Amino acid sequence: MTEAAIAVVGLRKSFGKTAALRGLDLTVPAGTVCGLLGPNGAGKTTAVRVLATLAAPDAGSARVNGFDVVRQAAQVRRSIGLAGQHAAVEEGITGRDNLRLIGRYHGLGSRGARSRADDLLERFDLAEVADRLVRTYSGGLRRRLDLVASLVTAPPVLFLDEPTTGLDPRSRQEIWDAVRELAEGGTTVLLTTQYLDEADRLADAVAVLDHGTVIEHGTPGRLKAAIGIRIEVTVAQAAQLDTAVRVLADLAAGVPVADPAERRVEVTSGAGRTIALPQLVRELDAAGVSAQDVALRTPSLDDVFLALTAAPGRAAR
Amino acid sequence: MTTTATTAAAPAATTPGRRAGPVSDTLTSALRVLLAYRRSPGLVLASLAVPVAMVLVFGYVFGSAMTVPGSGNYREFLMPGLFVMVAVNGLMPTMVGAARDVGRGLTDRMRSMPVSRSALLLGQALADLLVGVVVLVPLTLVGLAVGWRIRDGLGPALGAYGLLVLFRSVMTWVGTYLGLAAGKEEMAAQLSVLTFPLAMVTNAFVPTGGMPGWLRTVAEWNPISAVVAACRRLFDNPGAVGEAWPVQHPVTATLLWSGLLLAVFVPLAVRKFASHGR
Ligand SMILES: Nc1ncnc2c1ncn2[C@@H]1O[C@H](COP(=O)(O)OP(=O)(O)O)[C@@H](O)[C@H]1O
Ligand SMILES: [Mg+2]
Repeated sequence: MTEAAIAVVGLRKSFGKTAALRGLDLTVPAGTVCGLLGPNGAGKTTAVRVLATLAAPDAGSARVNGFDVVRQAAQVRRSIGLAGQHAAVEEGITGRDNLRLIGRYHGLGSRGARSRADDLLERFDLAEVADRLVRTYSGGLRRRLDLVASLVTAPPVLFLDEPTTGLDPRSRQEIWDAVRELAEGGTTVLLTTQYLDEADRLADAVAVLDHGTVIEHGTPGRLKAAIGIRIEVTVAQAAQLDTAVRVLADLAAGVPVADPAERRVEVTSGAGRTIALPQLVRELDAAGVSAQDVALRTPSLDDVFLALTAAPGRAAR
Repeated sequence: MTTTATTAAAPAATTPGRRAGPVSDTLTSALRVLLAYRRSPGLVLASLAVPVAMVLVFGYVFGSAMTVPGSGNYREFLMPGLFVMVAVNGLMPTMVGAARDVGRGLTDRMRSMPVSRSALLLGQALADLLVGVVVLVPLTLVGLAVGWRIRDGLGPALGAYGLLVLFRSVMTWVGTYLGLAAGKEEMAAQLSVLTFPLAMVTNAFVPTGGMPGWLRTVAEWNPISAVVAACRRLFDNPGAVGEAWPVQHPVTATLLWSGLLLAVFVPLAVRKFASHGR
């Protein structure tokens, strides 16, 4: 049995009175992409910083690529790439020089660093801007360079902390493509994100983090199945909203949420429950609700997330 | 007959990368700073603009109303003070730069790499030192143009330049520590304003003899005053020495102050860098 690329057990970390991690458990098999999903302040960055040997845990243990992050920090540092929450690239020099410097720090020597930089710039479509000062780059370009900077040594384990936060859709797509390519090449990726679609697209497994602990984990598919299907009913008159809520509460396991402005009620069915459209329409009819629109759809990770953290709006972007 | 030794090849994913070694890390770190200067030489020029403006304002506007104890002209009295001011001002870009690197995550990236932390800081300090040496050239030319002279021969003058470079590197380490401690670029920028009063309560612009007693004591024990007095002595420029021990023995005092400040701030900076956000 091969050891997991990332193995975290009971990790705790506090900053003064703030407990950022309260017993984090996480296992990421080698060669997979794990999405660490959580709202702002959930402890994602703290988890990444502990794993990248930048912060010392108060309790618990964490191994990366088989090495302990506290006792074998030097080996861990040789096994990882880190693209933090900010684009950590030097502004006053060119993109190419940024990569060359990192190559030299990693012991590639001056020629090795140069050719590695050239390769990466070519491969990630940055060759055209490589000789411009980073100061002149757009946010998306910077992020891409930052990601590439974490790949200089082709590390077996890569940490990406909110790699697409604040990017336009096209730049996000580019980062996603790059991450997928790396994953196909066998790199283990731990990716933190507040964006559920991002985890949905990239991750083999998702861990939902809230208040410093993992409150749910599994494949995106399994997490979605756990809350069943999603039902949306739009009623003709606002006065019927309450009745519709009552009908749906009887049918589904979830708690219906009414949106008076849209005259709409939403609910999730709950694990394993199937609800047929005709049945739903019949029940609404019997209660005297004239539905304008009834929709059943597979839930998104957004639904999972909201159902788990029970804080609607917090994960809204 | 051959036996085939089968060595279990470690899977690629478990082979940790190489590391470069502290000397190479130091050089790479210096290269990083020098590349940034090469891309924007304006940075070096900008750091000269303030002292040159000061030569003009102090030397020509106030200078006419100033008399220097003993003989001699005010601009010649002023120049050693400006040399030292430039060294002291080296603190600001270092401090702001260190804080910016923390704020933008560069420090985190560096620290996540298999690089010696003291090598990283040492390289930056070396690069700053080199810049400090280069800056002395235009400053000397400006001085010569306004009537300042080296009056005691090349040997002592080189000694003065040596002390200036030493003091600049002291300022670099102080700046690195303060920048890391500030952690935010704006905060570091605000903090750097405080260097101004520190630089003013010295013998750099006016002789300390005219100051009220307590202020005079503060000014003469200010490390900056010792460096200025040492430069005046080694260049043999005019100026009343002062009463306190450091300005009476300026060369020794400069060396002692520098040693003391380095002994305090180098370990502080390295520790702050290594432990940031832990
Ligand atoms: N260096 C620090 N000092 C004090 N508090 C911190 C520090 N880093 C994080 N925290 C706190 O720990 C909690 C988790 O933060 P973080 O890991 O950054 O969350 P996320 O990345 O999920 O937004 C937050 O309450 C945050 O304020
Ligand atoms: Mg974060």
